[in-house]
Amino acid sequence: MNNIKTIIDKEWLEVFKNRFVLFTVMLLPVLFTILPLVMLFAMRSSGELTGSTTDVPPSFMAACGNLAPEDCIQVFMINQFLLMFMLLPLAIPVAIAAYSVVGEKTTRSLEPLLATPITTVELLAGKSAAAVIPAIAATWVGFLVFVLTSPLVGIRPAVHAEILSPTWLIAIGIVGPLMAVMAVNFALIVSSRVNDPRAAEQISMVVIVPLLGLIFGQIAGVLVLNVQLMVSVAIGIAVVDVALIYLGARLFQREVILTRWK
Amino acid sequence: MIHIEALTKQFNPRKNQAPITAVEDLSLDVRQGEVFGFLGPNGAGKTTTVRMLTSLIAPTRGTATINGLRLGQDDTAIRRCVGILTETPGMYDRLSAEKNLMIFANLYGVKDPAGQVQKYLRMLGLWERRLDEVGSFSKGMRQKLAIARCILHEPQILFLDEPTSGLDPEAARLVRDFIEELKAEGRTIFLCTHNLDEADRLCERIAIFKTRLITVDSPRNLREQLYGRKVVVHLRMLDPAWVPLLNDLSFVRQVQAMDNKLVVSLEHPEEQNPVLIRTLVQQGADIQFVGELRHSLEDVYLSLIRSSNGGAEEKQS
Repeated sequence: MNNIKTIIDKEWLEVFKNRFVLFTVMLLPVLFTILPLVMLFAMRSSGELTGSTTDVPPSFMAACGNLAPEDCIQVFMINQFLLMFMLLPLAIPVAIAAYSVVGEKTTRSLEPLLATPITTVELLAGKSAAAVIPAIAATWVGFLVFVLTSPLVGIRPAVHAEILSPTWLIAIGIVGPLMAVMAVNFALIVSSRVNDPRAAEQISMVVIVPLLGLIFGQIAGVLVLNVQLMVSVAIGIAVVDVALIYLGARLFQREVILTRWK
Repeated sequence: MIHIEALTKQFNPRKNQAPITAVEDLSLDVRQGEVFGFLGPNGAGKTTTVRMLTSLIAPTRGTATINGLRLGQDDTAIRRCVGILTETPGMYDRLSAEKNLMIFANLYGVKDPAGQVQKYLRMLGLWERRLDEVGSFSKGMRQKLAIARCILHEPQILFLDEPTSGLDPEAARLVRDFIEELKAEGRTIFLCTHNLDEADRLCERIAIFKTRLITVDSPRNLREQLYGRKVVVHLRMLDPAWVPLLNDLSFVRQVQAMDNKLVVSLEHPEEQNPVLIRTLVQQGADIQFVGELRHSLEDVYLSLIRSSNGGAEEKQS
């Protein structure tokens, strides 16, 4: 455990001195938390917050059950914001992992690290945790701020209760961390093949495609976010995580790093 | 201390391609407290050998024991008991020198990390710059920091891959002096270098290696095996008649005349020089200086590498 902690400390010391990573880790959560609040506040001020039921897919309206139509519209809007919020556990680990691994490749600092008694599992776990922990922390803190401040910008109590529904608690509490693990392992695999952190980050951003599928699926009325869907997504990502961790661990063997990472 | 037995490493670049042999059938022993030079041209397999011996990569065949620990079985323990200075010693450029060393002190499980870091930063003249980012360091300072990093955990065996490569003469001297200090402390040092003068000065024995081991011996013995021992006699004036006269002496192997000098090959100059000098003086020679002709290690190295190339070419044809 000491070795993992040392690696996490090292990663944070080094990666957070990079302004671009710091920008991603600090600014994105602030942006994704404040922007919906500002928009909700602006809409309330202009009287648009209730909106029109024609803007909401019929399948979503049907899924609203006992909610009043205007509440259902708000839930639909907030769902879009929260789905955008789910970008955080994907974007933050990708930025950290890309700069951490590619940085070590280009400065050739991995070999001395591999020459220490650290095991490859400890090294991989340390690097992954260093990328995943800030992402989860940023997501959870941002969500908490949103939950606490959204009533102040005119969200109805019934809508606020929907934000704290099992669907979103599963999304933020379980799917978010699973997404972060997926993103970091994917970034690790990509980073082993490229020598530019920006290229690694851009290629790794492919991991957001499934999330965009969810966002557009909901807008088009093809998908309705509910507990069943979230549980299915969580199981799907967990399976992908296992596969990516296996692949990542194979790529992170000492011999592979020293002889094949170019 | 290091026992290597038929160590072989092959790499498979791609499927359906023949494997590339980087190290073939390497067997040798390195004694405790010895500075052992490992010399060879670029691409000879020196770094691959060091990586195998430090448990960074696994051999394809053969085995080795490092301080009694077996490769492939005690890899973590081997990495704990050896120090390695890699050919390109990467650092965390955004971190201070002190932070860089603290990370490694913690990973090696050093009991008093701060104390050890301070000890080696002071010893290598980096204490005043300990809080500066390593990115601002010169190449010499980085190399000194890398040496401090590989010795923080007080390993008894050190693998140094090109420790003075690219350093200015002053920094190279400091590194060499430090290696001498480590040697005086009784540590075993496996030194890969292209700097033959450095190997000559520091190493008790050297191995000349190019995928396969060509030879192992002390620099002095290698010179003697290849060139014998030669004495140069500087004369005020050379009489050509002295050449056959000296050749007639039973202990003289060969005599060459060059300008006003005679180069005489002898087996035991310490015993045979007085007779040689007496003979020349009796013939009326005015002797100005007498000295031993030393072939450089570079001559030995190039001769052995060339003969190895010739052997390889013959083998191929």
